[in-house]
Amino acid sequence: MTTSTTIPRRLSYRFSWVGIIGLAIILFWAVIAFLAPHIIPYPVGEIVDEDYFGPMSSKLLLGSDYLGRDMLSRIIMGARYTVGISLAAVCLACFTGGALGMAAAVIGGWFDTVLSRFLDALNSIPSKLSGLVIAAAVGSSLSVLIVMLGVIYIPGAYRFARSLAVNINTMDYITVARTRGEGISYVVFSEILPNIIGPLLADFGIRFVFIVLLLSGLSFLGLGVQPPYADWGALVHENIGGLPFGAPAVIVPSLAIASLTISVNLLIDNLPKKIRDRSA
Amino acid sequence: MRTYVLGLIANRLGSSALTLLIVSFAVFFATAMLPGDTATILLGQAATPEAVAGLRAAMHLDEPAFFRFARWLFGLLQGDLGTSYVNNVPVAELIGARFVNTMRLAGIVTLIAVPLSLVLGITSAMFRGSVYDRIVTILTIGVISVPEFMIATSAVLLFSVYLKWLPALSFASDVASFWQVLKIYAMPVITLTFVVSAQMIRMTRAAVIDTINTPYVEAAILKGASRWRAVIIHALPNAVGPIANAIALALSYLVGGVIIVETIFNYPGIAKLMVDGVSTRDLPLIQSCAIIFCIGYLALITFADIVAILANPRVR
Repeated sequence: MTTSTTIPRRLSYRFSWVGIIGLAIILFWAVIAFLAPHIIPYPVGEIVDEDYFGPMSSKLLLGSDYLGRDMLSRIIMGARYTVGISLAAVCLACFTGGALGMAAAVIGGWFDTVLSRFLDALNSIPSKLSGLVIAAAVGSSLSVLIVMLGVIYIPGAYRFARSLAVNINTMDYITVARTRGEGISYVVFSEILPNIIGPLLADFGIRFVFIVLLLSGLSFLGLGVQPPYADWGALVHENIGGLPFGAPAVIVPSLAIASLTISVNLLIDNLPKKIRDRSA
Repeated sequence: MRTYVLGLIANRLGSSALTLLIVSFAVFFATAMLPGDTATILLGQAATPEAVAGLRAAMHLDEPAFFRFARWLFGLLQGDLGTSYVNNVPVAELIGARFVNTMRLAGIVTLIAVPLSLVLGITSAMFRGSVYDRIVTILTIGVISVPEFMIATSAVLLFSVYLKWLPALSFASDVASFWQVLKIYAMPVITLTFVVSAQMIRMTRAAVIDTINTPYVEAAILKGASRWRAVIIHALPNAVGPIANAIALALSYLVGGVIIVETIFNYPGIAKLMVDGVSTRDLPLIQSCAIIFCIGYLALITFADIVAILANPRVR
């Protein structure tokens, strides 16, 4: 009964097997996205099948799309856009939101009040709605998409980082650092950040899932990634005509999105407690 | 204490009003300030500079942005939603009937999703750790982790491609019998119910588990109350607040879901109208639809917070 308390603390970094499966699938897609141009069996734009919405065969492993292009190649290239855009956007959201949130907690006063008030208000615009409004105003090139998805999730990242940093900010060693005359950036990055990095990383993963889902949703509406590029959401959008025939061209990109988002969720749910709730 | 609670609620309502002001500001500036001159877009690239200048003056586009925002907001408060750029019809007229359609869809989904989620959420909390609870949890996490359109396409694959019970992706406007009405609404309602219920079940389950873990429920079980009695008679009355909160919050997911569902099933609601407006860059239409959605979303979130205030015995 007492064995659990006698296990040395460093062993608690163990991952559960569900988490490892999640991590493996994420790494799989990362490698696919990275190597994409070298491993596609056919060029993405080339029509290789006389038939459209062709079934799975030994020649075309995942069938063909609405123009008779190879679906496997398009999915492999689509991984680049889905994973790449979402990763860039989540970095933007978490770095900006995190830095602002920690700074607000440290500086306090009117800076904190005004910024919190403003970002909380922005947070109450549903994400898909912001996406539609911005896409209407400035269109959706790849760089606009990255900035847009990042900006939409800054308020959430800000709020999370601020709520963690506020707790740390009351610690004695922060008072000591301030008394020593350290500047804001030192307190934020050297005193607060190391203490909340675990939960922040978990939040990074959750926000990545949100961004993948939003990007796919927008692309599905035809307002995200534009041709000739295609992410997984756009692949569903352009092949939606194959739905009544149950064509693999509609089903497989959806499954690809689901495999990525579910794996990230599984990984985060099974992170060692020590990483996830370090500040708790 | 009554005045204290009223004060808290008034405070919450005031903060929502301020939020709404900031949100309308953000929506206006996102659409009106960003690059792309409206007059040039409307007249096309070939228009003479004089024509563009004339249209700009007529549409007040040459005024400072702040005045335009004030004018737009003032019009909005009076119920004037502006005129569509694309077909010169008042936006209010375009939205009218479609708003009713969207509210009808949302209403039907709420009527189905709330009882369903309450039953599943409460029972899975009661039998925590059982096979039943695990299946419910895995299903809800699965639904939350995938995009809404995947649920919609899966529903189409299941009900119209394999089972052939319902027509695929079409919204017939000729409704002759009750069965046809049912067939038309079935797919959008099934999809939205899945999306909203998954959130609702998760949050309800968490709220009930929080209450079950309290010492007084443990005491009830120790004195010999059955599991049903302990949960229904002892725990539930105290979980009503958090559960109502969870329901209101989960319903706010309707806003995102309805945009996808109306588009995929061609349902004539305001979300479809807005998505069509985005492809034609009809800014007054987009602004109005966005504000309507934001008001709906904010109303649900504010309602959830007020329920939480009222349900907290410490402040009552």
